[in-house]
Amino acid sequence: MELWFSDYHTEKVKVSVKVQKQLFGLQTEFQRIDVFDSDEFGRFLSADGSIVFSEKDEFIYDEMIVHVPMAVHPHVKNVLVIGGGDGGVARELGYYEEIEKIDVVEPDRVFVEVCKEFFPDNACGLGDKRVSIYYEDGLKFLRLRQNEYDLIINDAIDPLGHNAGLFTKEFYGNCYRALKEDGIMVYQHGSPFYDEDEESCRVMHRKASHSFPISRVYQAHIPTCSSGYWLFGFASKKYHPLEHLDAKRWKERHIKTWYYTTNLHKGAFMLPRYVEDMLEEEEDRKK
Amino acid sequence: MNRNKQIHAPVYEALERLKRRRVVPFDVPGHKRGRGNPELVELLGEKCVSLDVNSMKPLDNLCHPVSVIKEAEELAAEAFRAAHAFFMVGGTTSSVQSMVLSCCKAGDKIILPRNVHKSVINALVLCGAIPVYVNPEVDNKLGISLGMQVAEVEKAIKENPEAVAVLVNNPTYYGICSDLRTIVQVAHAHKMLVLVDEAHGTHLYFGENLPVCAMDAGADMASVSMHKSGGSLTQSSLLLTGKNVNWEYVSQIINLTQTTSASYLLISSLDISRRNLALRGKESFAKVSRMAEYAREEINSIGGFYAYGKDMINGGSIYDFDVTKLSVYTRDIGLAGIEVYDLLRDEYDIQIELGDIANILAYISIGDRIQDIERLVGALADIKRLYAKDPEQMPNAEYIKPTVCVSPQTAFYGEKKSVPIRETEGMICSEFVMCYPPGIPILAPGEMITREIIDYIIYAKEKGCSMQGMQDPAVESLFVLTGKY
Repeated sequence: MELWFSDYHTEKVKVSVKVQKQLFGLQTEFQRIDVFDSDEFGRFLSADGSIVFSEKDEFIYDEMIVHVPMAVHPHVKNVLVIGGGDGGVARELGYYEEIEKIDVVEPDRVFVEVCKEFFPDNACGLGDKRVSIYYEDGLKFLRLRQNEYDLIINDAIDPLGHNAGLFTKEFYGNCYRALKEDGIMVYQHGSPFYDEDEESCRVMHRKASHSFPISRVYQAHIPTCSSGYWLFGFASKKYHPLEHLDAKRWKERHIKTWYYTTNLHKGAFMLPRYVEDMLEEEEDRKK
Repeated sequence: MNRNKQIHAPVYEALERLKRRRVVPFDVPGHKRGRGNPELVELLGEKCVSLDVNSMKPLDNLCHPVSVIKEAEELAAEAFRAAHAFFMVGGTTSSVQSMVLSCCKAGDKIILPRNVHKSVINALVLCGAIPVYVNPEVDNKLGISLGMQVAEVEKAIKENPEAVAVLVNNPTYYGICSDLRTIVQVAHAHKMLVLVDEAHGTHLYFGENLPVCAMDAGADMASVSMHKSGGSLTQSSLLLTGKNVNWEYVSQIINLTQTTSASYLLISSLDISRRNLALRGKESFAKVSRMAEYAREEINSIGGFYAYGKDMINGGSIYDFDVTKLSVYTRDIGLAGIEVYDLLRDEYDIQIELGDIANILAYISIGDRIQDIERLVGALADIKRLYAKDPEQMPNAEYIKPTVCVSPQTAFYGEKKSVPIRETEGMICSEFVMCYPPGIPILAPGEMITREIIDYIIYAKEKGCSMQGMQDPAVESLFVLTGKY
């Protein structure tokens, strides 16, 4: 038997993964969720037909979205994770003892349940006693918060799907308000490579750079993401991702990572010329 | 309502049957199921262009329905509890004009509120009837026209016993309803017909706990914008008639101006939407009401915005409120509604229905999702954070009673000249001036121009409202009547 799962990166490019078995499939109130076992990527989860994460490469994503801001901000106590119902981000945050509170906001309860059942290595992060899960719309949750968080991680994907509200000007504005005066927000910035993704990448940077005094972009190689090349956004009220990187302090924590190092941290902000040009163009654009 | 009958959609079913027959077209339209216009097919899709067909025996004819369109209209009449229903393809404008033209001739008087849609006064230009305006009380804070008060209608009837009809705007764009049942009783007692512009009220026929609809209140005719809350395609509409109206005569009136090439896209969309409403309308509008009420609570909890609802009801000028409408007063954060409307579109990629001097109106419908409501609320919170100013004095929104000097028809066709707007005080206007949306006239042909009106026009223009109706698009000058009247 041959069974292939195809993830469309554009209308005319697809990446196919040979599947051993489908473990789960359901249309929830918000999205279609499927779980598969494969030889190459191990177990993976897809939402509305696109791979969200796989056992094989989720470490790259989770480490990069957590350790980069944590190695910069000197005193993180309160963290908000928007999306992130799989628990991978919460798991990485769990390594930091000074964190007192981790709020995870995930509208889709079924998504969390599926991750708990099929991805216990990620979902264990949600078991940390500092974690509270709120089954709510991210925008709504933020609206009621002011000057409360040191770090906000927008772990939501797909700016065109049910998470569209998390890639808008009002989202960045509401994040700004929910952050303390030296807060940092990191977010998925998508892939700049294909034409159809480029525009949303541009818009995101434009909105973030107009909402925050410091707004930088960093990169990682994530095979299951569109084109395998993925960007993250680092928007901050006070700390610069390179000038305020405290490599010594971070190394002394002895956190075991497979992707992130403080050297890679610096390299991740060194972007290809075409990406740099694109971002600069958006920064220069008038509102 | 017979559910077993309402599951049918006769026009839709006839189109499906026709498609299966693969008829070779040697009739119009000339694109021949799209083959002659590939770009159009690319844009609209093959299915859509293949349904763009001409009237023919299997599909009936809107000008004189005898088969499937007749059946579809009968089903619509049943669903809307009317004696007869006409499918209309010229927008609700054509429904409203057909209502007026069906009961008014030259020189007849018709009683109406000032906040009528321009289509009503356009009908008066066509037929030569004379408007008798009833003062719709204006809410001073919100700056919007309210409903028609029974006492005002009675007064107008007493002063104009020869009037032939009363026209009511119900609900208004902003969701405000008049005491329709009593107005019908009063008008009928004086042998006047009651016409209802129900452009914003399709859902009243199907939802629960909503204000009374025109047919249930005993009105004689109603124009219903199916394409607004009913879900049909833009430009499709319904004209409903009650049991005391000669519908054959109404049909003749409709055919004076109606196209003889009515679009089957529009007709079938009316048919399918009627079926949806009849079968699922109750649940759909319960959901819409819940979403709108939720949005109201959330917007009011931001502070600085006032999303009004049933709390406005006062028994008179606001007899009832349509909770599916989401209107928000924005002046307390120092921004005009039109400014918030522009910010939402330009900065937040959110398009709402309208912004006027003091309010915005977001249209909530069966197509909305709760996460989109969250976006709207989030954007309003962010607008307050980034753009709020000290509230400035708003111009007085008192009702400016129009002085009708000559009939709209006489003024429209009369001899006229263009005069700079600031110099027009005391002259008789020969054209329309309105803010769009909502398209309610500030001046109509035949009315006296006053200082207050001139100030209002200049203010609305400065705030960025789209001014329409005049020959001069920049509203620097107005056409006024010359000579004696």
